[in-house]
Formats: sequence, structure tokens, C-alpha cells
Amino acid sequence: MKLHQISVFVENKPGALIQPCRLLSSNRIDIRTLCLADTQQFGILRLIVSDWQRAERLLNAAGFVTNLTEVIAVEIPDHPGGLTDVLGALPDTHVNIEYMYAFAEGRDGKAVLIFRFDKPDEAMARLQSAGFNVLDSVEIYTP
Amino acid sequence: MPTALDTLTATFHEASAPDFLPAPQLRALQFDRLHAVVQRTYDNVLLYRARMSERGLTPQDLRSLDDLPALPFTTKADLRDTYPFGLFASPMREIVRLHASSGTTGKPIVVAYTRADVEIWTSVMVRSFAACGLHQGDIIQNAYGYGLFTGGLGAHYGAEGLGATVIPISGGNTDRQIQVMQDFGVTAICCTPSYFLHLVDRAAVMGIDIHSLPLRTGIFGAEPWTESMRRHIESASGIQAFDIYGLSEIIGPGVAIECPCHDGLHIFEDHFYPEIIDPDTGHSLPPGAEGELVLTTLSKHAMPMIRYRTRDITALIDKPCPCGRSLRRMRRIGRRSDDMLIIRGVNVFPSQIEAALLAVEGTLPHYQIILTRSHGLDDMEVHVEVTPGVFSDKVGALEGLQTRLTRSIEHILGIRADIRLVAPNTLQRSEGKAKRVIDRRSC
Repeated sequence: MKLHQISVFVENKPGALIQPCRLLSSNRIDIRTLCLADTQQFGILRLIVSDWQRAERLLNAAGFVTNLTEVIAVEIPDHPGGLTDVLGALPDTHVNIEYMYAFAEGRDGKAVLIFRFDKPDEAMARLQSAGFNVLDSVEIYTP
Repeated sequence: MPTALDTLTATFHEASAPDFLPAPQLRALQFDRLHAVVQRTYDNVLLYRARMSERGLTPQDLRSLDDLPALPFTTKADLRDTYPFGLFASPMREIVRLHASSGTTGKPIVVAYTRADVEIWTSVMVRSFAACGLHQGDIIQNAYGYGLFTGGLGAHYGAEGLGATVIPISGGNTDRQIQVMQDFGVTAICCTPSYFLHLVDRAAVMGIDIHSLPLRTGIFGAEPWTESMRRHIESASGIQAFDIYGLSEIIGPGVAIECPCHDGLHIFEDHFYPEIIDPDTGHSLPPGAEGELVLTTLSKHAMPMIRYRTRDITALIDKPCPCGRSLRRMRRIGRRSDDMLIIRGVNVFPSQIEAALLAVEGTLPHYQIILTRSHGLDDMEVHVEVTPGVFSDKVGALEGLQTRLTRSIEHILGIRADIRLVAPNTLQRSEGKAKRVIDRRSC
């Protein structure tokens, strides 16, 4: 199962980040997790939200530039070595991680890793065959 | 203590004699030359003949200088449309030099010179240097770019023609410029005013005080500058700064020059006939009125220009100059009637930037050019609004886009711009119309 991630362009200046966040909160959209990639000039706010279709519509209507990407969420035990085990499941494949971020979900002592792979289908097959729980949308969007 | 007369006679060079022609003789000479050049273009250049025929005109209809406004204008677009050789009035075997400058659509503008044209160009540059008080024995550092740009070779031939010692150092490499200026005992320099300020600043950092060097004269051009800039240059360096005007389409540098009175630029009107027109209607304006400068080359052979619209806004000064030159003066150029920018001496139209942006992605219609000046050099930043078509969740993709945009601008204009991606609808618009240029170069 792949998840929909919404990316939002934000300028690298004071007050830029609060605008999309305020828009989502006032519309009661829950940000499940996020990652902010920053450069000297601009940032890319990557969001996993509770209702991505509505969030995307709201952001676009408010004039934000967005981009929809499919990412893969993998559940791992929240203890030392958890991440290493996942990465170890992708040793000699030609799958590259474009970027990743994580959050400790707190459910049964599990953490969730969000991956953006260059070849998501191949990566997902590898992870599933190695026994990892690749989360589907329902599980992660709902707190 | 030199008297005013000493100053003026010191600037005299035998080539400068036409500067002092009595007005009736000058007008007679101008008319003779005008008639000849109109006849020559009519006979040899298809475009001119066609335009005159459309109006039912032949060269015989030109009976006095006052008839000149009846002739059609020539514009930069005509040079582009006839690229490369369509406006040449001489066969290639008589042409000894070609120069070119960048055009708005990637097509450059080509200009040509016969041997006689190069001699005319040299003579007006000799007269320019002489008017600035330079003479044999001066050591002239020529920091205008050598190459297709007319600045470098134009000043070079003039300096040699004067009998001065010329250092063909060309542009750039600031530390070496300062080293050469110091070691060779340079007495005069040619460059853009903003670059000279940069040299002064850099020299200070290197621990060299320009005041202590033999340098005493600067001939500055290729970009508009102001009286406050002159005062700044003169107090920062102790030299005397002269404004020189020219454009490749007419001949290059040496169309007009300041004399030591520093009150307007004398046009070498025995070769370049000036008119001032209303840029909107094209009608001639009365003496002293501000408008667009239109120039006709009176003696050029390879590529004569009849009523060329320079787009530079100025006014003619119809009073005699205390220096004694009978050549009419024009006020220094402050602005243009089109949107052309001069950035580091390079002519830039906002439409070229737009073309460069669209050449990369085709979906970046909102941009703004921000010009600033630091260390005497112009900086150009181009702000581009991000569109959904180019936005990506990957940093590398957006940085790659910035790089491609930078390269595209450099490819088309030959100068570097810093690209800054900004959020949609953040660039200033006035009455719905995008404000394309913010010029913060104060001096």
C-alpha cells in the first residue's frame, strides 16, 4: 500500500511555514507526520494528513503550489536496530531512497518510517517479503 | 596655476579641428554628406530604397537638412530582421571588420566597417580623448572588453591614433588591473563607471591609494550614470571623470564626448547628425526639448544608418559651449524610451529574460528582475514564481531547475543572474500588470 504525501512550496522566510499549517488546522485536518526539507532559499513541506484529498483542495484554493507523491510507510519496532533491519532488507536491490523521515507512533511501541523510493513497487515487494508491515492508508491516516 | 585658456589649448589635437568649425560651414558639410549617404543607401540597401519608394521619395527630394524628418526611421528591429548582412551598403570585399551585439531573440545585431569607416571611428575616438585632455605621452589602460563588443577596439584604435600608449588589458581580473595601473604608471583609464568604482574599492583593500598614482583621467561609458556618481568617483579617486557616448549601430564609442566643461556631451555631428523626436508620435521636437535621440550617420560606408532610433532620452543644448567647440551638445542619457536595461554594460531586455525562463520549462510566466549594485558592479536577481508544473517534492529537482534557469539566462545574455524561486502570487503586480523590473541601483 502506498500513501499519498502532499508537498507544499514554502519560502525560506519568517512566517512562511505557519500559513499552510493554519489553513489545515482551521479546517480540522490532522497532520499525522511531516518533514520539512530546507535550502537557503526555499523549503518543501511534506505532509501526511488525515484527509489528503480535502487538504490538497484547500491548499490549492488558497494559492499554495502542491505536489502529490506516493510514499511507503513501514512499521518497525521502536528499539535500537529497527531502522537498520529495514535498510538491511534492501541490500543489493537497485532501489534508491530519495528521502525518508520517521515518527514514533506510540502504538504498541512501534515507530513508522516514511520512504520515498525511486522504485516504490520493487521496494515494497522486498519489504513485504522480508516480513515488514507496510502500512496501508487507513491505518496511518486514522489516529 | 593653469588658466582656463591653457586647459582648453592643451586639449587641442590637429584631428580636433572639425570640433571648432563655424556653424554655417558645419551645416553645409552636414548637408553635403547627408545627401551622399542617402543616395548611397538608396542605391545599395533594399530596405531603405523600399521605404523611401513607399513614401514617393527619392534622394533628390532632400534639399536641405530640414527635409531629413521626411525620411523613414530605422530601428533595432530592422537590424534583426535583416540579420546578418541585409543593411550593408558595401560589398564584403570592402568590409574590413564586423562587430556584433546580443539581440532580444538570441539573434545578435551585426555591424560592419570599411577601412574608411574604421578611420572615421578612430578619428572620433582621437577627438574624444583629446577633448578629455589626453595626448601623446599618456598611458591609457583600456578596460573595455575586446571582442565582438565595440568598446574595446574602438577605444584601442583611438588611443593609438592619438599617439598615446595603450594597454589592451580588456575587462575583468580586477587585481591585475590595479597592479598594471600602479606598475605601468597609467594616466588614464577607459571602462564603465561602475567598474571603475569597483577598482577603487578593491585597490583600497589591496592597500593602494588611487590618489597617490599618476592616474588623472577616466573616460567612462557603456552604461548610464549620473552627476552624483561623477562626484563620488572624483572624490574617491582624485581623477577627472568624462562621459562618453556611443552605440554599435552608429559606430561604437565616440558618437559624443564631454569636454572639460562637463556640461553635456558634444556630438561629433560632422559624422553623426542628431535629431530629437517624441518617442510616441515620432514627430520632431523643438530645440532644447527632451525626447528620443535619433542619429543619422553622415559618412559611414559599410552600414549607414538613416534616422536610427537610439531609444535614449536626452535633449540638445543649443547654446555655445565655453570650450569653443561648435558641435552641439546633448544632455547625458538618464533613461530610455523602451524597457532596455544596461547591466554590467550589457544591453538586456526583460523579454530576453522571459525567453530564457520559458526556454527551460515553458511554464514560468511570473518573474521579476531585481537589480542591485555592490562594489560598483551590477547584480541581477531573477525571482520566479513556482508553478505546479515545475514543483517537486525533491530538493534536488528544484535546485536542478534553478541551475537550468541560470544557465539559460547566461546562454542568452552572457551574464549571470541569481535565480530565486518564490511562492505563487508573491511578486508585486500593479493594476494586474506584472512589475517586471525593480532597479535598486541608486547611483
